[in-house]
Amino acid sequence: MKRMTLHCRVNGQAVAREVDVRRTLADFVREDLGLTGTHLGCEHGACGACTLLVDGRSVRSCLMFAVQAEGCEVQTVEGLGTEESLHPLQQAFWDHHGLQCGFCTPGFLMAATELLRRDPHPDEQAVREALSGNLCRCTGYQNIVAAVLAAAESTAAPKA
Amino acid sequence: MKPAPFEYVAPTSVAEAVAALSTAGGDAKVLAGGQSLVPLMNLRLARPAVVVDINRVAGLDAIGVRSGLLSVGALVRHADLAAHPDVAGWPLLRDALALIGHPAIRNRGTVGGSIAHADPAAELPAVLSVLGGSVMAVGPRGTREIPAGDLFLGYLTTALAADEILTEVRFPALPGAAGSAFVEFARRHGDFALVGAAAVVSLGRGGKVADARLSLIGVGPGPVGVDLAPLAGKPGAEETWTAGGELAAAACEPDSDLHGPAEYRRRLAGVMAGRALARAAERAR
Repeated sequence: MKRMTLHCRVNGQAVAREVDVRRTLADFVREDLGLTGTHLGCEHGACGACTLLVDGRSVRSCLMFAVQAEGCEVQTVEGLGTEESLHPLQQAFWDHHGLQCGFCTPGFLMAATELLRRDPHPDEQAVREALSGNLCRCTGYQNIVAAVLAAAESTAAPKA
Repeated sequence: MKPAPFEYVAPTSVAEAVAALSTAGGDAKVLAGGQSLVPLMNLRLARPAVVVDINRVAGLDAIGVRSGLLSVGALVRHADLAAHPDVAGWPLLRDALALIGHPAIRNRGTVGGSIAHADPAAELPAVLSVLGGSVMAVGPRGTREIPAGDLFLGYLTTALAADEILTEVRFPALPGAAGSAFVEFARRHGDFALVGAAAVVSLGRGGKVADARLSLIGVGPGPVGVDLAPLAGKPGAEETWTAGGELAAAACEPDSDLHGPAEYRRRLAGVMAGRALARAAERAR
């Protein structure tokens, strides 16, 4: 088989699309669904920019074929918050200058989302460990770590 | 960067998967976690005609202890094994799992895939080797057990036949009084190690070395076993572990690459081996 029909849920919406089996999940959400918040840096699993959640677990979407998400729940950065109502993590990144150019930010947000669901009150070491697979060329990471710690402390604990 | 076109097969049983591999006649790759295969495909360093995705195969995700062996199904993810209560009895494995990649990689990457891929810098082949474990493989001719000593043949090469699938990895327990440690040096935590060392040490009467075993990564075509027989009967002290490091440095055949010249890796192998032996001895009773 070189093309298949994929059924999954993306940010809560049911999706059924015919795709090339060689389509990566990253290209599927960007090209087929127009969800361009998921960014592609290295396309071989080194940079973490394309991190999204599949069944609640962070994955490199450049290293998964879209057809492997059959029956799965996919969450991208578009599923976190809106321009009018940012997710607490997004707000914390804004407040703490956790981004500059913003290219790596969606991957960091998704990795941090997984962390805070698993461990709502991580210490700094746990935050650094959880984000260790994501590269940022602008910030030097300090403010990203500060933002995640602040989001964890905010009473509006992220539930999304 | 997109993979070259391929035929995709998603079997639901081991028998179907083996049949798909047989039909493909050697031009197929097994896709488990995809954390090594898919980068190679994206870079088009690998262009298999057929991809056999075993993620939907039932029964390959079990973890259990049977007669002193930790049995790990081929599809068990690194993150799931690390979080499993049974791994507490295998501290060397627990140490090594924490060093594999990053959280998103451990969420997808599998124990079986890491062993079958046999990257010379991967941690799990060294753990399996130093513990004297084995894998179960299923092919058209039936099921066979392959001991670690016969499994790793060279760079990214194992004794698995093209139509065989690794279904289970078996890690023996350490003797009760033995200590173990996994130590590695990487440029960034979670990156492939430049050099790593898995050590097991048993101390006998008077704190003298009863048994010491060592397997190195990143310094040869596969996990490199080091003969530590000269350490037997030596005191469990710093100079013994330093001597073990010297044996390790002499035993390995590192290559130069953009991360470091061979001489640097050889020296690092000695240092990592010495530290791994010292830490394992501290944990031995």
